[in-house]
Amino acid sequence: MAKNSEHRDLFPGALEIMILKSLRLKPMHGYALVKHIKQVSDNLLQVEEGSLYPALQRMLREGWLESETGVSAKGRPTRIYRVTQAGIQHLEEEVVSFEKMFAGITRVLAVAQA
Amino acid sequence: MQILNQLLNRRRRYDDLSVSIEEHIEERAEELVEEGIPRKEAEQRARREFGNVTLMKERSREVWQWAALESILADLKLVFRRLKKSPGFAATVLLTLAIGIGANTAVFSVVNSVLLKSLPYPDSDRLAALILNAPGAQGMADFSSGLRISPSMYLTFSEHNRTFQSLGVWTPGTANVTGVAQPEEVKTALISGGVLETLGVAPRAGRWFIDSDQDPRGAKTVMLGYGYWQRRFGGDKSAVGRTIQVDAETREIVGVMPRGFKMVNQDFDLLIPLAFDRTNQKLAPFFLEGIGRLKPAVTLAQADADVSRLIGVWMDSWSNGPGTNPHFYETWRITPAFRSLKQRVVGDVGSVLWVVMGTVGLVMLIACTNVANLLLVRAESRQQELSIRAALGAGRIRIARELLTESVALGLMGGVLAVGVAYGGLRLLTAIGPADLPRLSEVSLDLRGLGFTLLLSVFSGLLLGSIPVLRYARGKASTTIGSANRTASAGRVRQRSRDVLVVAQVAMALVLLVSALLMIRTFVALRNVEPGFADAPHLQTMHIWIPDQMVPDPQVTTRMENSIVDKLAAIPGVASVGFASAVPMEDIDPNWDIMWVEGKHYEGGEPPIRLFNYVSPGYFGTAGTRMRAGRDFTWDDVYGLRPNVIVSESFARESWGSASAAIGKRVRQFSNKPWLEVIGVVEDVRVHGVDQDAPPVIYWPAMIESPYTPQPTIDARHAVTFVLRTSRAGNEGFLGEMQRAVWAVNSNLPLAAVRTMQDIYSQSLARTSFTLVMLAIAGSMALALGIIGIYGVISYSVSQRTREIGIRLALGAQKSELKWMFVRSALTLTAVGVAIGVMSAAALMQLMKSLLFGISPLDPLTYISVPLVLAASAALASYLPARRAAAVDPVDALRAE
Repeated sequence: MAKNSEHRDLFPGALEIMILKSLRLKPMHGYALVKHIKQVSDNLLQVEEGSLYPALQRMLREGWLESETGVSAKGRPTRIYRVTQAGIQHLEEEVVSFEKMFAGITRVLAVAQA
Repeated sequence: MQILNQLLNRRRRYDDLSVSIEEHIEERAEELVEEGIPRKEAEQRARREFGNVTLMKERSREVWQWAALESILADLKLVFRRLKKSPGFAATVLLTLAIGIGANTAVFSVVNSVLLKSLPYPDSDRLAALILNAPGAQGMADFSSGLRISPSMYLTFSEHNRTFQSLGVWTPGTANVTGVAQPEEVKTALISGGVLETLGVAPRAGRWFIDSDQDPRGAKTVMLGYGYWQRRFGGDKSAVGRTIQVDAETREIVGVMPRGFKMVNQDFDLLIPLAFDRTNQKLAPFFLEGIGRLKPAVTLAQADADVSRLIGVWMDSWSNGPGTNPHFYETWRITPAFRSLKQRVVGDVGSVLWVVMGTVGLVMLIACTNVANLLLVRAESRQQELSIRAALGAGRIRIARELLTESVALGLMGGVLAVGVAYGGLRLLTAIGPADLPRLSEVSLDLRGLGFTLLLSVFSGLLLGSIPVLRYARGKASTTIGSANRTASAGRVRQRSRDVLVVAQVAMALVLLVSALLMIRTFVALRNVEPGFADAPHLQTMHIWIPDQMVPDPQVTTRMENSIVDKLAAIPGVASVGFASAVPMEDIDPNWDIMWVEGKHYEGGEPPIRLFNYVSPGYFGTAGTRMRAGRDFTWDDVYGLRPNVIVSESFARESWGSASAAIGKRVRQFSNKPWLEVIGVVEDVRVHGVDQDAPPVIYWPAMIESPYTPQPTIDARHAVTFVLRTSRAGNEGFLGEMQRAVWAVNSNLPLAAVRTMQDIYSQSLARTSFTLVMLAIAGSMALALGIIGIYGVISYSVSQRTREIGIRLALGAQKSELKWMFVRSALTLTAVGVAIGVMSAAALMQLMKSLLFGISPLDPLTYISVPLVLAASAALASYLPARRAAAVDPVDALRAE
């Protein structure tokens, strides 16, 4: 998924969570979303366009997102994505399960070090 | 619903996606421009960074797609493209499939509507036909409906049975309705109580008959059939409560039955209560059909057992009058043999329909083998492509799927066309189908029929596709690529699958031709039977009924009939006129009863019962029934009530040894009645159709002293069929003249069932001729398809072996030998096919036995001639391409290397 070895592959579901979290702040179009994630993660995470658009379609199909006609920052017509109530609920569930997973991974790594 | 929404939204989703992606790339490019990169380069870089737009779009779209389906759709696109390139192949296959599947669908629809669908009554599986077996009653129980039921039987059964929820009896009839415009003869069903309750169909308007309607002293009522209600009352609900004149009796309309309601198998205009008078009932007469609704969970066998106990009760409770033995009927050995009502309605037509179904099925298979051959050849020409694909790693399943997609697509397209063919075929079938085919009006192309089409389309598609799949999807890449490049003749293996198809085709064609020929010989045999009347096309018949309510006096009735004879005879072009209670093959048996021959002793003490008919002077001469001995009745005999009878030749032979010996001999019906003198003997008549033996018949004069009443009473015939010998039979103008002649005698008499004897005769042969036509069509189609199949295979193998032929010629082979080589291979295949076909035909024809007449299912002539015809056709079909082989120029053939 990564273009070069600096960036690790995201694990399944991670991209969706970031998209949901970002869009929860404010509805955005595709390019803005990519930039937003890149900025917020201090360039640590780079979202691949090749994954982003299929992911957006998947989330639209699941009903987590809605899309509407809008204009980009440059005034060009594009589609703005917005989180739905179902999307927020999914996000919250996923965050809880991620936190559990991180805690688990952290503990295992700690034991391994000891 | 959601899937539908998705499909509808897809176009919009795809557009949204494109807009988003385009904007994304442009925004990135703009950013790069702002960073100082030239516009053109920035755009390129943005695009490169973004990656493969098409692939990404495709992947994003896949989210909305049903992947498997869409990849099949892609395969389909390919199939269509390929078919478009070979329109000749596509048209041939589609046409063959459309006709094959269509014919099958049409016949299946008939089978479905007639044999499979339940009768249009609620809970119809609980309906039973009360059929009685009476082996001792001989001819009388010879009908498909067994021994009919007498009113006293009905009363006994309905009062004492424990297994029926309701039961009733009915009989079809006709009635004159007068007072409404022209007098009209209408079809009636006379029904007892319990009939409507049994069938359970609610009236469209008004009410059912109730007990008071069945009271002979109660109010006279009538119910209307839907058609009559529409015709005469314009569907006006206020018809209920009005009165009409039925057979000169005023009856109140109490109800109307809904559209499509039939009295078991009869259409009717009026329902009239039988209104039995309990006090006057005797054991006889037997003329009613019984139907019953079983109690839930009661079987027919239980009902049989229940009612067989009631036969004794019946004989104990009633009699045929003083001096008669009520237990006489024990000699008839009456036992219930109840059947489901559906079985009764459908009757023995099943055998015809299944034969027709099997026939079109076989034609379909033969057609499919031709198509399979075409597909094989086609797959062969793609063999290299397929091998290369296999070599490049296409899985066996992937290739098989593509081949199958093609054949199933062909099958389905053929199926769509087939629905049109089936629709047309069904109209044709119902038009040429025998008029006595039960439930003909119910025949339609319904969901089950369409489902059958779909099933057959997919099945034939899979079947057709599986042959090339089995041959070519094996993916032996190296061998096939290799052999295709070699210049040798086709390998044995490849040829073999086509050979098998030819053998199958020949075998199936043989079965069809044998059955067609047997049917033709049956038909010829039936046509050669002397029916007992002559020159049927010039014999006009019609029914006249003089109701006894209108003319109660038998003398007056007979004189009226006599003057109708005179008036009709006066019409120009009429040679002679007569009438009888029934003419042959109309399925009307005027009466059956015992007849004692003087001086003869009978086993069991009672003579067998005989068919009676009542005829006017001149009837035999008009009908063309020849006098074998003695003389015809005269009007003086009739009016003088002279105790004379005429008997049929078979009765004379049986009783006195010969026709001439019968003259002057005496017979009588009952011991307390005077002897009757036999004054004439006429030839035997095939009363029940040419395929049934001619029964012995006693012919009474049109007016007699009734044998059934203790006091002397005169009996006239109220319902008679007139016959007219005329060259103008069936002519429109002539019908008008006949009508005027009848109305000159009494203007209240309608003419009914006006038709020529030829119509009646053809109708009695309808089933045979229908089967014959179907089999003849199927047989000739099979022959044609078989010839095409053999021609195709030989011609293909000639074209494949051109090089081999060239080498053979170059090495000095004789042309005639080469020709013979190909013809011989065709004949070998044919011989194998014939051998298999003859064996299958011999086995299958046993199933057709009931349809054959005067011919053995193993008729040697048929079994010799059909293989000869097939062999000759095969020789011809292979000779044409073989000649081409011999014409090969060895130089050309070898230069192609």
